[in-house]
Amino acid sequence: MSLSPWVIFFASIFTNNMILANFLGMCSFIAISSQIRTAFNLGQAVTFVLAITTAANWLIYHLILVPAGLEVYRFIVFIIVIASIVQLSEMVIERYLETLYYALGIFLPLITVNCAILGVALFMVIREYSFIQSVAFGVGSGLGWMLAIVMLAGIRVRIEKAPIPEGLKGAGITIIATGLMALAFIGFSGIVNIQ
Amino acid sequence: MASKPKQVVKTAVITDNPVLRQILGICSALAVTNLMLNSLIMGLALTFVTGFSSFLISLIRKFTPKHIRMMVQTLIIAFLVIVVDVLLRAYYPTMSKALGPYVGLIITNCIIMGRAEAFAQNNPPFLALLDGLASGVGYTLVLLAIAFVRELLGFGSLFGFQVLGETWTNWTLMIMPPGAFFMLGILIWVTNSKKEGGKA
Repeated sequence: MSLSPWVIFFASIFTNNMILANFLGMCSFIAISSQIRTAFNLGQAVTFVLAITTAANWLIYHLILVPAGLEVYRFIVFIIVIASIVQLSEMVIERYLETLYYALGIFLPLITVNCAILGVALFMVIREYSFIQSVAFGVGSGLGWMLAIVMLAGIRVRIEKAPIPEGLKGAGITIIATGLMALAFIGFSGIVNIQ
Repeated sequence: MASKPKQVVKTAVITDNPVLRQILGICSALAVTNLMLNSLIMGLALTFVTGFSSFLISLIRKFTPKHIRMMVQTLIIAFLVIVVDVLLRAYYPTMSKALGPYVGLIITNCIIMGRAEAFAQNNPPFLALLDGLASGVGYTLVLLAIAFVRELLGFGSLFGFQVLGETWTNWTLMIMPPGAFFMLGILIWVTNSKKEGGKA
């Protein structure tokens, strides 16, 4: 693996988008995408947490787990690291960055169970990224996730008043709209590839 | 909440199907459903984890302090997922490779946490086990339904056996991400209209 961090960064936004190509973070993606404002705030929170946790997880995995031969326990370790970093950053933000805290507020705890965060950590292990590559991957994935959720929120605001078949309202049409977005994003494939 | 075993199973599999009715755990429902075999293994793994995590959480529910219960639940789930991961890698390495990170992602599957919070927390162990297993079965059935269409149209095969013959042109879109989104959307549509039809 000797991809430049920039390639990984752009690939994780466009061609390997967390939601549209890897289906990660769908739960909150569907639940919190009815307004552009909140979607944007959640996207910010996810990007922020992803950047920090990916770096922390890389360090812990390569400096502690691998030398000790404890790779099997990576699931438990990653989830604990993610949960504690989320908790910690919530406290720090509340103390020092009050405006940001009100913007991200309720979303931070939710992020612990966002599969995108754990997914990035697991992909980083499977693809054997270096530290810089992992951070680029984490930040890029976060931005890609934000892009997708803000776009979906924009679409949902528009289809609110559209005549949709009764059974398709809510989750159904949201998922199909996501499918159409994924279809559009396939147009990016081939520009860069990191699989 | 129903308390009879039969009622519990019916609620978890059909009336409150985790994927279609509650829109939970769809990350993996979309990711692994391009092949039926993958979906089946994934479904079994999730059923195992949901069943036993519900059982264990229910066992210790009286001794777990309320404010750290999330942490305890997460640790129990993570422990069970590690068991699944190790078993898969030992006995079925090709499948372990194919599922990739999605085995680990069972930890953050909202179905498990959802069942733990909504049911195992205040029901006896046996019922919790049953509820967990039934939710897992409900999830597996949806996965298989989606995978059936995607594999059939995308590869012309079922469980790896060619069924549509030489003349079939693979519908590649079906095995790509958009196909998964469309299939799930349509499935939700069908179930929703069915339910409304029944009511009226």
